[in-house]
Amino acid sequence: MSKAVIEFTDFSFTYRAQQEPTLRGINLSIREGEKVLIVGPSGSGKSTLAHCINGLIPFYYPGETAGSLRIMGQEQQEQSIAALSQTVGTVLQDPDGQFVGLTVGEDIAFVLENAAVPLQEMKERVTAAARAAGIGDLLSASPQELSGGQKQKTMLAGVLAGNVDILLFDEPLASLDPFTGTRTIEHIDRLQRETGKTVIIIEHRLEEVLHRPVDRIIIMNDGVIACDLPPAELLSSGLLAGTGLREPLYLTALRYAGVAVTPDLQPQHPELIRLEGAAQRLEQWVDGYREQSGPAEAVPLLELKEVTFGYERETAVLDKLSLTVNRGEMLAIAGRNGAGKSTVSKLICGFYKPSSGSIWLNGRDIGRDTIKERAERIGFVMQNPNHMLSKTLLYDEVAFGLKLRDVPEELIRERVHGVLRICGLHAFREWPISALSYGQKKRVTIASILVLEPEIIILDEPTAGQDYRHYNEMMEFLRGLSSRGITVIMITHDMHLMLEYAQRAIVLADGKKAGDDRPERILTDRSIVEKANLRETSLYTLALRAGLQQPEELVRTFIAFDREVRRR
Amino acid sequence: MAKKELLSIRSIVAVGIGSALFVILGRFGSIPSGIPNTNIETTYALLALFSLLYGPVAGLLIGLIGHTLKDFIFYGSPWFSWVISSGLVGLIIGLLVAGISIQDGVFGKREIIRFNLAQIVANAIAWFAVAPTLDILIYAEPANKVYTQGLAAGAANIVTVAVIGTLLAAAYAKTRTKQGSLRKLG
Amino acid sequence: MRARMLTYTKQDSPVHRLSGAAKLIVFIAWSLTAMITYDTRCLVVMLLISLVLFKVSTVRFQDYAFVLYFILFFFLLNHLAIFLFSPLEGTRIYGTRHDLFHLAGRYTVTAEQLFYQLNIALKYAVVIPVALLFLLTTDPSEFAASLNRIGVNYKIAYSVSLALRYIPDIQRDYENISFSAQARGIDLSRKEKLPRRLKNIVSILLPLILSSIERIEKISTAMELRGFGSGRKRTWYMGRPFTGRDYFALGLMLSLAAAALIITFYDGSRFYSIF
Repeated sequence: MSKAVIEFTDFSFTYRAQQEPTLRGINLSIREGEKVLIVGPSGSGKSTLAHCINGLIPFYYPGETAGSLRIMGQEQQEQSIAALSQTVGTVLQDPDGQFVGLTVGEDIAFVLENAAVPLQEMKERVTAAARAAGIGDLLSASPQELSGGQKQKTMLAGVLAGNVDILLFDEPLASLDPFTGTRTIEHIDRLQRETGKTVIIIEHRLEEVLHRPVDRIIIMNDGVIACDLPPAELLSSGLLAGTGLREPLYLTALRYAGVAVTPDLQPQHPELIRLEGAAQRLEQWVDGYREQSGPAEAVPLLELKEVTFGYERETAVLDKLSLTVNRGEMLAIAGRNGAGKSTVSKLICGFYKPSSGSIWLNGRDIGRDTIKERAERIGFVMQNPNHMLSKTLLYDEVAFGLKLRDVPEELIRERVHGVLRICGLHAFREWPISALSYGQKKRVTIASILVLEPEIIILDEPTAGQDYRHYNEMMEFLRGLSSRGITVIMITHDMHLMLEYAQRAIVLADGKKAGDDRPERILTDRSIVEKANLRETSLYTLALRAGLQQPEELVRTFIAFDREVRRR
Repeated sequence: MAKKELLSIRSIVAVGIGSALFVILGRFGSIPSGIPNTNIETTYALLALFSLLYGPVAGLLIGLIGHTLKDFIFYGSPWFSWVISSGLVGLIIGLLVAGISIQDGVFGKREIIRFNLAQIVANAIAWFAVAPTLDILIYAEPANKVYTQGLAAGAANIVTVAVIGTLLAAAYAKTRTKQGSLRKLG
Repeated sequence: MRARMLTYTKQDSPVHRLSGAAKLIVFIAWSLTAMITYDTRCLVVMLLISLVLFKVSTVRFQDYAFVLYFILFFFLLNHLAIFLFSPLEGTRIYGTRHDLFHLAGRYTVTAEQLFYQLNIALKYAVVIPVALLFLLTTDPSEFAASLNRIGVNYKIAYSVSLALRYIPDIQRDYENISFSAQARGIDLSRKEKLPRRLKNIVSILLPLILSSIERIEKISTAMELRGFGSGRKRTWYMGRPFTGRDYFALGLMLSLAAAALIITFYDGSRFYSIF
């Protein structure tokens, strides 16, 4: 058996400012050449564990450690962060924070520059690493010109250039669209097989990571290792349910259909899983289930008519785009980076003016309305709540928009309290915003928009960076708003969100509409999926493999059934 | 936090990002004050805050680098006398406020007074004395002209930092306070 | 809000081919010389040289045209101000007085004043082409390496590179933040009274600064993890070794500076007088 490269023995860690340890009694050994996935809900300690491996703990984030952590056989505390960086290469979650170079080449070279590697050797190693990461022809590109996937490849190349033994990926999928995420997982897998390096991936998106095999899955929960099993056993064990993590959708579908998932079914991949006998059960389940309500009557609320727009004169981001949003619906707008998703919302809100075409609300052309006037009917919630929060107290933040509109004080109080109740923030009304969690902050920004009583609310990636539990809470909250008659538009490339919550999805590609249909039809249409950098849902893969007559029906049944189960 | 080591990585990054902010606010964050030819240069509120957060060396460098880059990128050529004065503002504020632990959320009345005395001294030295004197030395501009300009700019900056800088620092301090006593309300 | 910026464009010319460090030294030496000298002859010669350099560099007019308007506007404003504040500054400096014509009150146009303002104009005019040229022909990626080469601590040099790297990102943040602020009803224009305007500015600055501080934390950890600052020295991927061409340019610059200073101070005064 190969030697252990990382060895935690009765290891505990307490951050300096905290009373309780964040990691407790960790015993974990990772061997050379292994590929390990570490999952866990937010706050479970999985990031802290990663920081211990790369040395941010205790060298950057000080605190109290107990027990022992050996990396390559050497006690971690006796090394330095710089020495550890020669062994462990980390690819961080936020590519814009890690990409410090002015160009791809410089960024890949960063580690080598810091180690004072001579110019000639550096150029050779950078070129080789860039080629290995698949960005050999982008060396002189600036980060602003790159897509999320290309930035991530640069990070990876930067780590490879340093010749490290251990590759540590901290939520590598967080900022990528589903297609690019899949590609990243394939790439990591290929690299690992070719180089034999030890790979550790920290993620909460289990299904996406399992697109390629891993040796072990470690579940972190509440600062301890809750389980450490090979994927097939873990997925059959039912342990996932207790941790607030989402099990792969195709497995949930099998369980709903009454199929028992066991390790010998090979449940770790929808293409591998053995479905003898299961096919019939799935068929019965789909046939036996009937959805309750039919589609509501569509009354157009917001219309874009042949809208064309470009930031620069020559290049059009949107090209004669027409679309309709109906009153009271939950609509998803999807598309790859640069397809014009955010631009659409900025035009609707009046931040930019279309160069031709018009935007209509309730049958009225709103082209001449100011940003402020539109905001009273159309609210816009940015992806990063920190870009919207401008007050230190929650109440002031939510009241701000009304104060600026000179609404009388009593009326402000009444409306703010009402909105805080709807948003589940009433109990926190006297708290400073800095004491709130990320998800709560996001709700505060939504509350500060809702208080203006808009008819439409547009949200840019409403669930980005949140784990399954918080995702669920956020989306159920948005559905609650929708049932109060507010029209909800979500700009997203989260396929789960689209499938489970959107009544309709519009896909943009190259500034045009590439698809406009129910999400389960969009996500089972290969040509649209490709255009939007999405991925075929594993439910569809399952249906095809089981040989169902109407594979789309499985997807639809699943969504409706799952919704009922979760609401119970 | 960053003050112990003269050039910790965090200070270096703070200088880089602070300079980038200086450039952007210097170009876009200039608001008419209502008095002709005098603008509220919000970028000096930023400079004062970063000097308070990251210390005198960072303040000096943000002033020098930020101002040079801003002049270069948007106006083609740096105006050296003012670049040096911006650096000086950052340096002096950083030196005079050393000891205020804003990182721990401490920014009460005493600290506000100290911060403002520091910024008044810094702006006065830089804009009432150094900038005009350099203009005379380098360009031999008329004394009464450059001192009048310096007086106007310095006064505007003092007011800007007093209002915006203080509000920003107080708001930042609030984000750093300990949250031990918070309780959900019914 | 999309203001134009001066940026480097990849081209080929003798000026582009010089290394960044050499151009930086030339720019600094040139600016210092122009600051010190007040000798009209030196300034005229320097202006001619700078215009020749501009021609040689083949930079395109449209790349910098927009700043010329800024510069021209500022130029006129400044000259007007000088005259308004001190119409007899020239007489004070050169010690003679030749009235040309009388305007009103204390404002008389003298030959000395015109000559003095011509010199000021020259002093600005001499620096601008070289500064523009430095910016337009130097790859920003070379800035940090060049600063380090001329003796600036490599960590400080790298902070310049970081600033250049994140200016576009911070501009985008600023844009997004001010959009959402406007949607909530924040107005920064003259329509609002000053105290409220100041408060409104804070509502935009606070999210920008707090998210930037967060960004500082993220970048610092990433740089720690990649071994920045661990050694006494570091190498530069974009660093370029000096070639004969660079030494030639430096030699030329130094002799020019020396000549200018000798001519300027030969008669014991910074100011050259025709009177």
